Amino acid sequence: MALGAYVAVSAALFALGIVCIIVRRNVLYVLMGIEMILNAANINFVAFSRFNGNSLDGRMFAVFVIILAAAEAAVALAIILNVFYLFHSVKPSEADFLRE
Amino acid sequence: MDANAKASRAMGAVLTVLALGALGWGLSRAGAEGLAFALFAFLTVGGALLCVWEPSVVRSAFCLLATFSGTAGLFLLLGADFLAMAQILIYVGGILALLLFGVMLSPPDMRERKLSRVVAGIVLVGAGFAFVAAKVAATVKWAQVDVLPPTETDGAEKIGVGFLAPDQYVVAFELAAVVLTVALVAAVYIARRKRTDLEPEVS
Repeated sequence: MALGAYVAVSAALFALGIVCIIVRRNVLYVLMGIEMILNAANINFVAFSRFNGNSLDGRMFAVFVIILAAAEAAVALAIILNVFYLFHSVKPSEADFLRE
Repeated sequence: MDANAKASRAMGAVLTVLALGALGWGLSRAGAEGLAFALFAFLTVGGALLCVWEPSVVRSAFCLLATFSGTAGLFLLLGADFLAMAQILIYVGGILALLLFGVMLSPPDMRERKLSRVVAGIVLVGAGFAFVAAKVAATVKWAQVDVLPPTETDGAEKIGVGFLAPDQYVVAFELAAVVLTVALVAAVYIARRKRTDLEPEVS
């Protein structure tokens, strides 16, 4: 397959991740959208490294992105747990301590 | 039939047409490899689309399973076998399980999703995507590669050497290890219940 096809799939995944973050009223959907966006970036990294003479750099970047995504998911879930204890809700619009 | 059932039936029709179109296009373009690419691409994009669409959080999380598996398949097609394995191990086995734990916090609020919002978001972002894609297709000249270099059989070994060789990525690797340790310990510390929460209240 041509490089353009992979880039198109990655762009579609990125756009859907943005929609997921914007449209839904739930912190968990924000987390899912971020994971989709990181996946889209990974597809781009691997595709470009494959079509650039099979270089190792793109794949290395993708590995580090996966590592950081795992750390991010754990920390984000811990934060969501605490927000739920405090506000008894997982809607981002209801966490408004700092508004006053 | 109410509006919600109608809408989900329309979504199913759209997804079916999308799948058949993608498979036909892949088969006509590049034979068996094109077919595999179309299958994985459909899994990736269709899963993401359903994740945005589904009213219930649990179903959305399981739709993400299709997205992650499709991405792993795309990695395999690109010759990155180690990454495909890591994708399935970490995303499907780790992050998705973590997300499902988070889902247990969320009350089953079926009216959280507003159909008009979702449709408007998809249409708006889809229009922007189509505009940018048309621009890119018209102006960008992709480098032509006639014969790709063959995929390696020792991809995992190369990545392992790259992690540990002093002139490659060893510093970044150690830093990633430190970040992961700190982040996980901090996550446990933040998420634990305070001791005062556990003691029974004295009245």
